[in-house]
Amino acid sequence: MSGLLFAGATLPDGTLSDILVRDGFVERIGSDLKADGCEVIDVGGLRVLPGLVDLHTHLREPGFEASETVLTGTQAAAAGGFTTVFAMANTSPVADNAGVVEQVLGRGIDSGYATVQPIGAVTVGLGGAELADLGSMATSRARVRVFSDDGKCVHDPLLMRRALEYVSTFGGVVAQHAQEPRLTSGSQMNEGAVSARLGLTGWPAVAEEAIIARDVLLAEYTNSRLHVCHLSTAGSVEIVRSAKAKGIKVTAEVTPHHLLLTDETASEYDARFKVNPPLRTNADVMALRQALADGTIDIVATDHAPHPSEHKECEWNDAAFGMVGLETALSIVQLAMVETGLLDWVGIARVMSHQPAVIGGVDDAAGVLAEGRIADLVFIDATSRSTLTTDDLAGKSINSPYLGMELPGRVVHTVRHGYFTQRDGVIVSADVVSRATRDYDNSHTGAGTEVTDG
Amino acid sequence: MRHLLSTADLARDEAIGLLDSSEDMATTADRAHKKLPALRGLTIVNLFFEDSTRTRISFEVAEKRLSADVINFAAKGSSVSKGESLKDTAQTLTAMGVDAVVIRHGASGAAYQLANRGWIDVPVVNAGDGTHEHPTQALLDAYTIRKRVHGSSSRGKGLDGLRVTIVGDIAHSRVARSNAWLLTTLGAEVTMVAPPTLLPHARESFPVVMESDLDAVLATNPDAVMMLRIQKERMHHAFFPSEREFSQLWGLTAERFARLSERTLVMHPGPMNRGLEICSEAADSPQSTVIEQVANGVFVRMAVLYSVLTGSEA
Ligand SMILES: [Zn+2]
Repeated sequence: MSGLLFAGATLPDGTLSDILVRDGFVERIGSDLKADGCEVIDVGGLRVLPGLVDLHTHLREPGFEASETVLTGTQAAAAGGFTTVFAMANTSPVADNAGVVEQVLGRGIDSGYATVQPIGAVTVGLGGAELADLGSMATSRARVRVFSDDGKCVHDPLLMRRALEYVSTFGGVVAQHAQEPRLTSGSQMNEGAVSARLGLTGWPAVAEEAIIARDVLLAEYTNSRLHVCHLSTAGSVEIVRSAKAKGIKVTAEVTPHHLLLTDETASEYDARFKVNPPLRTNADVMALRQALADGTIDIVATDHAPHPSEHKECEWNDAAFGMVGLETALSIVQLAMVETGLLDWVGIARVMSHQPAVIGGVDDAAGVLAEGRIADLVFIDATSRSTLTTDDLAGKSINSPYLGMELPGRVVHTVRHGYFTQRDGVIVSADVVSRATRDYDNSHTGAGTEVTDG
Repeated sequence: MRHLLSTADLARDEAIGLLDSSEDMATTADRAHKKLPALRGLTIVNLFFEDSTRTRISFEVAEKRLSADVINFAAKGSSVSKGESLKDTAQTLTAMGVDAVVIRHGASGAAYQLANRGWIDVPVVNAGDGTHEHPTQALLDAYTIRKRVHGSSSRGKGLDGLRVTIVGDIAHSRVARSNAWLLTTLGAEVTMVAPPTLLPHARESFPVVMESDLDAVLATNPDAVMMLRIQKERMHHAFFPSEREFSQLWGLTAERFARLSERTLVMHPGPMNRGLEICSEAADSPQSTVIEQVANGVFVRMAVLYSVLTGSEA
């Protein structure tokens, strides 16, 4: 396989460097590297980051292919600079057994646009009543390490305790969607001044905070790892902060939209802004940004949630929760964190690539830009500004809250395992990508370079 | 006025203009021939996704008095119950040449969406959307108070200096929301009274005082007391323990009614739960405006429809 020489990239720490990629790996990082038969790509003026890793993606397949498929969802990932995505379990059938997670894994391998790491359900059918086949999913070819009933909260405290204990056997983690169901019966948006004015049923912050408080205590008691999905309130930040100070093994994620948007966006009853957990107040947004900057919140995860337009172009109460986020995540985080001076690009690489890989147990294979590592890279033009249109959305659905907004930053090239999935801002065609991924697999099978160990 | 979606959108002048226009409409009611030719040739659809015979008939009477052609569309048993969207229903109807839509819907924001999402291009009047607003109800309440207080010299006046108390399920009431904005815009001081479970969570978001002690508020001798209908089902969602207790603490009982000044108006948007939120002594007293509110509803709705369809006041 001939190599690629990326000439003149700006590394996360700001130094200028060439990057030589050969055989799917980063061979050299340094100045004035010799082309030596490689194709030279001028990336002067572009920033390079390790390929982004999303711990929270809804790929919708199997079962909801009208919204997204593994292929289209990983194309959206490539558009956004992601090279690894964790596929949430709330498909139909639910990913609660080895068969379904292996099916999703296989679809990801066929696609080639991103590494698809399946997440397993915590309970059978997300029913919250009995544990799913946690061990057989962990030992399946999909090597599941993250378990989540996302979309639903594991609200039964006994089941949560058992799940935390059980998955520690194989170094797993429970990713909790923290939502007390009784306190959020019929909830439509954040409970506060805006919901009161609009006459929409409130989703109180305490319904999230009560579950997180309980779960960190369970994690401490069982000495297990807890991951909190899409933290959305200032109160949740304080609970996680004090839990970490006590040494409890808890990690937390925040979505791009919770770092930028508030509940005021509901004022026009435009269901593109309907999401779960809901958009909160400005004070919450500021607390989340601060917590991401100081490490209380470990990572950004998209909660990419595609829905067909008929599930959004309807009455707010009837509309589906969720928004697409893979394509725009980096721009939103740049806007909320970099342009506010809260994080530098080293920080972005940490919260959008390295730490998600660590939490998800794939850090041997992803999340690091270094010589000898798999060549998962993203090149961005951070100086670009453009207005988001549906043309920028590479997935199947267009339920983005940012359409029409001017956003900073643009993903120029996405490179996975040494081949382009996006080049010059254009998604590479499916047959080219699928041939490239087969070539990679053929040249590495059994060669001792299998590095997907968790 | 292009649409009437929320009383929060009404400026004071605009609101007084609508009340004055309602006065004009009321004068026609005294004539032997009640019909005005104002909206002849125009078609109005009453799009009712939620049952409300009273409000639908009130709009229909108003529309017919203005000589409009009226289409009543009830969602039950129609394509809507078979999954057709609000967007498709509205577009289908307006494609047939409807000139204005009066919409009643169980979802908050449905009227706003219809008016602003670009689905259709005709005036929209909100006849009640979920737990959001019911602007024509607030206008008829304001009209009723103004008429009782100022009589034949009502024109041009607001409700300045008047103190209005609204009692009941404030949190879920579209009537309370619309009155909160409109009555304060017109200069009234509004106090809302309910158990804390039935007050909005963010009380500071409304320009009104919120209280839970009904007797303390009634002791201040308000100019009007408006009792809201209580939904008995709320009891089952732990908003209050029992009807009996609600009535004892927040109902306008005979004993409380007897303590009221004789000039305090007793109002209710109907339909009443007699013996629960309001006693018959109060409902049937000379202080009660319940029947006038129904009559005034027609005049106010005539004024609103005239305004949105002709772009002017009567
Ligand atoms: Zn979730």
